[in-house]
Amino acid sequence: MKFIFDEFKEGMRIAFAAIRANKMRSVLTTLGIIIGILSVTLMGTAIEGLDRAFNESLASLGPDVLYIQKWPWGDRGDDWWKYRNRREVKIQQAKDIEKYSELAQAVNPAIGEIRNVKYGQKLVENVTVVGTGAALLETSGATIAFGRFFTRFETDGGRPVCAIGSEVAANLFPNENPIGKTIKVGGYAYQVLGVFEKQGSFLGEQSLDNRVYVPIYRFFKEFMSRRGGISIMVKAKSVEEMDNTIEEIRGIMRKSRRLSPKDEDDFAINQQEIIVQTFNQIGGVIAAVGLFITGMSLFVGGIGIMNIMFVSVTERTKEIGIRKAIGAPRRTILLQFLIESAALCLIGGIVGIIIAFPLSLIIDTFLPTAMPLSIILIALFISVFVGVISGFLPAFRASRLNPVDSLRYE
Amino acid sequence: MDEGIMSTIIKFKNITKVYQVGDEQVHALDGISMQIQKNEYVAIMGPSGSGKSTMMNIVGCLDTPTSGLYELNGTNVSDMDDDDLAKIRNKEIGFVFQTFNLLARSDVLHNVELPLIYGGIGSAERRKLARAAIERVGLTDRIHHKPNELSGGQRQRVAVARALVTQPAILLADEPTGNLDTKTGDEIMMLFDTLHKEGNTIILVTHEEDIAIHAHRRVRLRDGKIENDEMVKNRRIIK
Repeated sequence: MKFIFDEFKEGMRIAFAAIRANKMRSVLTTLGIIIGILSVTLMGTAIEGLDRAFNESLASLGPDVLYIQKWPWGDRGDDWWKYRNRREVKIQQAKDIEKYSELAQAVNPAIGEIRNVKYGQKLVENVTVVGTGAALLETSGATIAFGRFFTRFETDGGRPVCAIGSEVAANLFPNENPIGKTIKVGGYAYQVLGVFEKQGSFLGEQSLDNRVYVPIYRFFKEFMSRRGGISIMVKAKSVEEMDNTIEEIRGIMRKSRRLSPKDEDDFAINQQEIIVQTFNQIGGVIAAVGLFITGMSLFVGGIGIMNIMFVSVTERTKEIGIRKAIGAPRRTILLQFLIESAALCLIGGIVGIIIAFPLSLIIDTFLPTAMPLSIILIALFISVFVGVISGFLPAFRASRLNPVDSLRYE
Repeated sequence: MDEGIMSTIIKFKNITKVYQVGDEQVHALDGISMQIQKNEYVAIMGPSGSGKSTMMNIVGCLDTPTSGLYELNGTNVSDMDDDDLAKIRNKEIGFVFQTFNLLARSDVLHNVELPLIYGGIGSAERRKLARAAIERVGLTDRIHHKPNELSGGQRQRVAVARALVTQPAILLADEPTGNLDTKTGDEIMMLFDTLHKEGNTIILVTHEEDIAIHAHRRVRLRDGKIENDEMVKNRRIIK
């Protein structure tokens, strides 16, 4: 074992001496690997970043919450018109679910419109006004930072009260306590009861903090276009009972909407899983294509290494002859050149990662990225792997050289 | 010579080496039989094309014979594969080449250590043996110099130290003075004389009579055959 280590040490020493002796050549060859590892690593951080952003967004949906809506999530295929022509989901159905469901823990209707919001001279444009019920905190997982959310009585009574998202609060009340203040939502006065904890954005697009939540019956009076349907969020009592909950809700919905047994469902029961599936499909394709394309540049870098290793072996034929004459077995010569190409690639990989890290931070400003340790380790492993693969043929040729001929080589 | 006292280091029995050159077969060695005993000092001589180099390659286990039997220090090496031959070269043979063949990027110490690394000797032991061999050729003060910082004579001394360091059965020198001026050449030959006196077996491959005269025995080759095998009477004495 010990002498394998000595051989390895000798291999390292030769490799670095050779790299140092041909600085320009080593730098140019390594450049190919640097670019390859750089692009693969950046692709990896982008994929990882998207994944994380997606999972964070999904956390706002919750795995145990069903969304009853006119439109199904995910791929709608060619049935756009079919869904378009469905009847809207109405508040009556939310009432029926609440009344008849045994597996639902909380039921909450929701509907949104875009309006401007004003406080004094301050104006926030394009705020999502959400008409909803008192059970929102239970079904959405959002929490109130200070103040309180409206109660059931305030909802049913359609009181002019609201709770506002953290972004709206920051814009309207930079230096004031918003609780108890009256704001104008789309021209109507509302009293602020509470401010939400910061929630971030959904799939990196829609800010969940640029919102005003008002009682849904008030919403119907002041903001609702006549046709507008609602969504109903249903939180199941347990994740294990999800399938049974869906069946129960479907029954209640069909009854509430007076569908005959031969009619198809004219509503959709959506859940987080549908988005996960869709995302995984799309994400998987993006990742495969992206890694394939960036992998090509790494492959080209590997060919560069192989090429230069062939040159290196030819140049050092005499040295190989000397080493063989004084007793180096084939394995040692093979190892020596493998170490050299692996070292070249490893250096390229390290430099690539060092460049990729600040770049990924820059990219992060417009696309979510993340560079966990696992990506760094995988990139280093890949660079060594590329080195060993592309060094193998030249190293194998070196190990097979005939000592007599190589000693005579000038 | 009395075979009972002297032990046989090299035994060649009907060794041939045939090269295929185009359509033609060249018999570089054509049925050579000879023996070399421990502590002999043999010069293998001959004009170019006589088979001298082929002989050296086979004696040095760099190449294998086409047919015949070669026993080195009691081991049959005629049919060994590459890696086994490498092991034999490492243990039993110390090479000294005309062009020195040192590793240019390594210092004296590392050059001399190299055979011990391949021999699997631990680093402390290696250091000790290498330093002893370097001292033996009088280069202790140059131990961390690179070959290009040394004179030709000094380089050849490093090569001798490298050849000695594994305490091989034979020292095999191929035109060791070919790249040196007469004076340094003489110094190297003196070193060989001393090494021989200390009990080493030395095989010298040369075409120079002046050099061959150091040896006790001369084997002359011509056309792949032994033309002449004689003990030298008037050995050159260097003062």
